[in-house]
Amino acid sequence: MLELDDVSRSVGGETHISDVSLTLARGSLNVLLGPTLAGKTSLMRLMAGLDQPTAGRIRMDGADVTGVPVRRRNVAMVYQQFINYPAMTVYENIASPMHLKGIGKAEIDAAVRRAATLLKLEPYLDRTPLNLSGGQQQRTAIARALVKNADLVLLDEPLANLDYKLREELREELPRIFAQTGAIFVYATTEPHEALLLGGTTITLSQGRVTQVGPTADVYRRPADLLTARTFSDPPLNVLSLEKRGGVFASTSGFRVAVPQRFAALQDGPWQIGIRPHALRPWSGRPEATRLKGRVVLSEVTGSQSFLHVDWDETRLVALLRGVHRVEAGDPIELEFEPDDMLVFSPDGRAAQACASTPLAA
Amino acid sequence: MTTTDIGARTGADALPPALHSEAAIKARTRQASGRFRPKALIPILYIVFLLLPIYWLVNMSFKTNTEILSSFTLIPANPTLRNYEVIFTDPSWYMGYVNSIIYVVMNMVISVAVALPAAYAFSRYRFLGDKHLFFWLLTNRMAPPAVFALPFFQLYSAFGLIDTHIAVALAHCLFNVPLAVWILEGFMSGVPKEIDETAYIDGYSFPRFFFKIFMPLIASGIGVAAFFCFMFSWVELLIARTLTVTDAKPISAIMTRTVSASGMDWGVLAAAGVLTIIPGAIVIWFVRNYIAKGFALGRV
Repeated sequence: MLELDDVSRSVGGETHISDVSLTLARGSLNVLLGPTLAGKTSLMRLMAGLDQPTAGRIRMDGADVTGVPVRRRNVAMVYQQFINYPAMTVYENIASPMHLKGIGKAEIDAAVRRAATLLKLEPYLDRTPLNLSGGQQQRTAIARALVKNADLVLLDEPLANLDYKLREELREELPRIFAQTGAIFVYATTEPHEALLLGGTTITLSQGRVTQVGPTADVYRRPADLLTARTFSDPPLNVLSLEKRGGVFASTSGFRVAVPQRFAALQDGPWQIGIRPHALRPWSGRPEATRLKGRVVLSEVTGSQSFLHVDWDETRLVALLRGVHRVEAGDPIELEFEPDDMLVFSPDGRAAQACASTPLAA
Repeated sequence: MTTTDIGARTGADALPPALHSEAAIKARTRQASGRFRPKALIPILYIVFLLLPIYWLVNMSFKTNTEILSSFTLIPANPTLRNYEVIFTDPSWYMGYVNSIIYVVMNMVISVAVALPAAYAFSRYRFLGDKHLFFWLLTNRMAPPAVFALPFFQLYSAFGLIDTHIAVALAHCLFNVPLAVWILEGFMSGVPKEIDETAYIDGYSFPRFFFKIFMPLIASGIGVAAFFCFMFSWVELLIARTLTVTDAKPISAIMTRTVSASGMDWGVLAAAGVLTIIPGAIVIWFVRNYIAKGFALGRV
């Protein structure tokens, strides 16, 4: 079990990580989700012991490891760039952490071959990493992390530089491969859908702070604040500033949407409404849905999906529509969404409690 | 505006279209052929001028002194190996090469060994005044060696190091260590820092990482640095001559003292010159690819 206790790190007066407290259980899959510069790599470096925190303690299985150099901790790390030892063959690369532990030759050989089989590297064991493709190089790095049998495995956007197909394949395999080792598995990513596909626990980061920790699906469905919702939405979350007046959220320009039952107890006043891009659909005419009339600014078609950038009431909305919708810029468009798909946040960005029983602070 | 406009148009229209294009093509070919000749000529001339003195040196080394002094011949009339024989049989000649090689190799080893950790520090760590220190190191090369001849002589005689190989090797370090640091820093900065960290994560100790992982990655940089140390130390005359008397006298110093009772021995001097060029040529041959790499990294 890895515990971070109010860990902070600042470099030259600039705060990289502030007051992070986390508990990561053995055998758990943890996804660090945040945009670039959110502090994912900084946090991983602290967990690994490559950097030392300026405040706070780090404990591994109850023992304080703050300040213990990385050599004496049993961690493995895979970087976004494909980092291997270029002067060694793939075999020697994978074997090197075991060599240093003084494990017998036969045992090393067995472990290397097992890892190579698992990561489909057998034909390349005698080559040097620079003679391999990017995907093979990264799999070599992953194999090296795997054979080490580390207590803590840190993967820092390991698939970001790989091509699409390989990424899909490895993303599926990685958690499975490491699950057997019983290690604490930490995976950093900028992509919300990658977090959703991995499952496990998601830790959302924003500007060096942890904004929410919880089971991935829960964090996605019930973000604790607007920051988390924005982090966990790709394409970017649409945010409407509306005012609650009794049973409706209304805009100054006369747009109205009925307040869903679960938000009925909210105070009247200004609220921020988040609508995910895929929750917007072309207007079907159904009475339960809410209609938005806007003007298309830009439409992008990506095979089976269309992104529409729509100007609505001085707000730029992004809609992710299924199927091909060819719309010219400047055309009027009618979209709809289900009031139940709304995420409601207070003006200072905290999520409105959905349950009616809880009294609310606006 | 209208007049110039009309004038321009009539000027273009005055030529029939066919003639117009023909003239254009002619002009173009004239231009192309005119540009072609000096383009090829310049490098040819350059190489001829560069090689002429070297050819003359080789030419002279196979001639007898009488031929050198009495006639002008492009090819030796009576080719002779006597000049080389003199050098290879007379210890006062060939020991010059041995002495030079000894202190050059010593200097290469010391310079690279000292520069490696220094360059690693400059490339991997940020510390107070690192940039200034780096620049200051380089400024050591800006002073001509003559400036240091007198203080070196005083200092080394105080320590009883005059006329030893190590004296010359150490003196040359003043110029070669900064250069080696500068070259190696460039190569080291080309190695991602993540490789260092991965090695520490894997459990490598620093010395083990440095020798097993890091040095192979900058092998070409070490080669280039050693080459430049060799080149400087091999051709440097003033300090080497000041600090030596007989036991460690370098070949370049011996070559300046060939006036004997029988006059100047031109042929032997030419042969000595040829033999001095050869080690440098051999070293260049071995490191030529690495030097290109060094240029690509913006160093050298």
